[in-house]
Amino acid sequence: METTDGDGYLLQAEDIVKRFGDFTANGSVTLSLRAGEIHALLGENGAGKSTLVKILYGALQPTAGRLRWRGETITVPDPGAARQLGIAMVFQHFSLFDALTVVENIALAVPGPFDLRSLAERVERISAEYGLPLEPTALVADLPVGVRQRIEVVRCLLQEPRLLIMDEPTAVLTPQEAQQLFVTLKRLAEEGRAVLYISHRLEEVRELCHRATILRQGRVVAEVDPGSETAASLARLMVGADVHSVNAETPGPAGPATLTIAGLSLAAVKPFGVSLRDISLEVRSGEVTAVAGVAGNGQAELFEALSGERLAPTPQSIVIAGQPCGTRDITERRRLGAAFVPEERLGHSAVPGFRLSENVLLTRHASGDDLVNTGFINGSRTRALAARVAKRFDVRFSRRDQEAGALSGGNLQKFVVGRELDRNPRVLVINQPTWGVDAGAAALIRQALVDRARDGAAVLVISQDLDEIFQIADRIAVISRGALSDTFPADAIDRERVGMLMAGALETDGTPQQDVWA
Amino acid sequence: MGVRLVLEKRPERSRAMQVASPLLAVALTVLFGSILFAARGFDPLHANYVYFIGPLTTLWSVEELIVKATPLVLIGAGLAICFRADLWNIGAEGQLIAGALAGASIPILAPHWDSALAIPAMLLLGMLGGMAWAAVPALLRNRFGANEILTSLMLVYVAQYLLDWLVRGPWRDPQGFNFPKSIGFNDWHLLTTFGDGRVHLGAVFAVIAVIVLAVFMSRTLLGFEIKVRGEAPRAGGFGGFSQAGTTWLCFGISGALAGLAGICEVAGPVGQLQPTISPGYGFTAIIVAFLGRLNPLGALLGGLVLAICYLGGEAAQVELSISEKTAQVFQGMLLFFILTCDTLIRCRVRLEWATRNPSRQRQFIGLEGGASRTADAGGAAQ
Repeated sequence: METTDGDGYLLQAEDIVKRFGDFTANGSVTLSLRAGEIHALLGENGAGKSTLVKILYGALQPTAGRLRWRGETITVPDPGAARQLGIAMVFQHFSLFDALTVVENIALAVPGPFDLRSLAERVERISAEYGLPLEPTALVADLPVGVRQRIEVVRCLLQEPRLLIMDEPTAVLTPQEAQQLFVTLKRLAEEGRAVLYISHRLEEVRELCHRATILRQGRVVAEVDPGSETAASLARLMVGADVHSVNAETPGPAGPATLTIAGLSLAAVKPFGVSLRDISLEVRSGEVTAVAGVAGNGQAELFEALSGERLAPTPQSIVIAGQPCGTRDITERRRLGAAFVPEERLGHSAVPGFRLSENVLLTRHASGDDLVNTGFINGSRTRALAARVAKRFDVRFSRRDQEAGALSGGNLQKFVVGRELDRNPRVLVINQPTWGVDAGAAALIRQALVDRARDGAAVLVISQDLDEIFQIADRIAVISRGALSDTFPADAIDRERVGMLMAGALETDGTPQQDVWA
Repeated sequence: MGVRLVLEKRPERSRAMQVASPLLAVALTVLFGSILFAARGFDPLHANYVYFIGPLTTLWSVEELIVKATPLVLIGAGLAICFRADLWNIGAEGQLIAGALAGASIPILAPHWDSALAIPAMLLLGMLGGMAWAAVPALLRNRFGANEILTSLMLVYVAQYLLDWLVRGPWRDPQGFNFPKSIGFNDWHLLTTFGDGRVHLGAVFAVIAVIVLAVFMSRTLLGFEIKVRGEAPRAGGFGGFSQAGTTWLCFGISGALAGLAGICEVAGPVGQLQPTISPGYGFTAIIVAFLGRLNPLGALLGGLVLAICYLGGEAAQVELSISEKTAQVFQGMLLFFILTCDTLIRCRVRLEWATRNPSRQRQFIGLEGGASRTADAGGAAQ
């Protein structure tokens, strides 16, 4: 299309206002993107990042304001129009079909007729060119999250976008995978494309991005050069106040092992699941023990085995507070003082369509809170408990006793973590405690985990976030393809070694192995 | 200028719409029914009067309304619970027949057991019969993961043929001139009736069932388990609730109630076994459950509305000489509109006037065809 170069800007969003009913998601937001720059969009959950991005991508229409593409005023009525302009987007939640292959998934997004074989060749070429190795005929269900993201990125690159929008891309990646993605993004920028990069992770924004626009409560509070800011100063701008750093000093020696896993092996149940292989681990009371690992290496399976959602073959393989629990169900384990927080908030740790007072019942119905009497639910007690959890853990909502699904990710996570911590559990197992959670909420949750450990609980944190692990863990083990490494004291192991263990190095024969997914 | 109809997801389910949606569905059904009547050359006002108001104007027809509503409410309340658990028991018609057969075994096999215990025994057997029939899809689902929609539906035909065989074969009335029917039940084997003798004890059972189930669903942990299973099965497992257990429970309750409806029909208005004992109550009750917002209390209202549909169909046949199959057309429209209107609980509809300049518009029209295949679902669903 014929364009005039509008002051060198590729895309300008001017005074964008978006209201939903009487809620203002964006109140006069202005954002300018240059070709060849990686531009960060920073803000807490609910700051209006997603709304703004959806407007740029045509998924939402602004209430007021205008968009300029290379100086020319435009409307973007739908995502198809955005793609036609050259705007591509990788969403945080992928839209891939598990049962289809990589190239079939990509074919679904290619307008017009296509030929699978030549498309597969293009996919292979582009993915190799940009350092995003993909096997076109691999089944998506077989692939870990990091590789699925590559499919989304390659799918966008096939459209030769001028602007690539990425919504929290590294939330699901390991440091090595993230680094690989950064190389690709920098390369795209060098080619003169623009990247709009949404993230919570301030360190990577500082490393990667040329400029950063910071949103707070739907408004732009600053536009900065992230390289000359510190993570703390960026966090301050985002939150509008100082973010408390986590205090994880160890006061005394650790207690006995309250959660013990001994030689746990479990075959995968699902066709594409991971088998757990001879896992042994001791989690001592008074300490936070972390399991690091790339997504999809058995974390979910390990969590389900520990929680009792899936039973182990022998009682002795999982011991909680001295009681063999391998074959006991989740309710019995809770009664022994264990608490669990799974990774997925909506649909696993909480029922989205239920109010908080009902969600409290989900895990607390048999844990000695008298919420249920001879089969009947005590409504005033569940409401009181929900209110207590919300108050203690700073869960913010717009209406009292809201539906869980209406809460932001950070607030809901504070609630489900708080629901368990409120019991003062002896053993706490938590999978990805701050996945997709804003900085303020993440700091609160991490501090609460450390505090619980210092109060004498054995806390096991399964996490992909190495920053988080090194912030709070006393001991670190690494899971890779269903096998667990030895446990190391946190101050005796560095990121590089953890990263190698995550990549599956030092397995059986001791030689580093290739990335099997490449 | 283009107008787009935009469906926007609401942050929370609209409570107003939960009430308004079934009313809106009924209104739309009447509206489209009127169009249908007009197209057939009837005065829509008069036709609607005959169909919907007429049945309420005489005592006789009000009693008949209760008779028709009784099995619909009983079954609909049970199905509401199944559907809440995301279990699709659509074989209530078969469970109704199984209950009728089990209960009728007493008057047919022991016609001289004249005792006050006979009726309670028949009711109990009826419930057990319905439960047993419903237990098959539950078992197949728990044991093999078989789809309960298919298994429960197919068992309807098995039950129908079993009934047919029995009334033509072993259970045929020896003095019945070879007509396919069982002996008529004597007074010890018939339900107490009220009024003109058509309304029977089943109506009382229906009201009790509705109240008990409403309390069960809203106040008990088991009811909570059922709702969790329907909304988020994984969360149910995390809560420590057994999937298989809820399946048994839901099929057990709905099967028992369908069986109870069945025995109440044959020990009530029908008074014997014959090849057809239900005008499709078990299927119509699916609409009852949805019209009642999958809430047992709602099933009471839903049952009355659908009972009017049955009576209206008969009245329309008599007064307007149109096929009583119109009742099925109305039922179909009603279910369609309910399911449509239920979208409004989760979403709101907005008209969007897209103002684009004409040259741009052409450009976008050009690409819409090609882009329509693309996977926008992920983006739009965000």
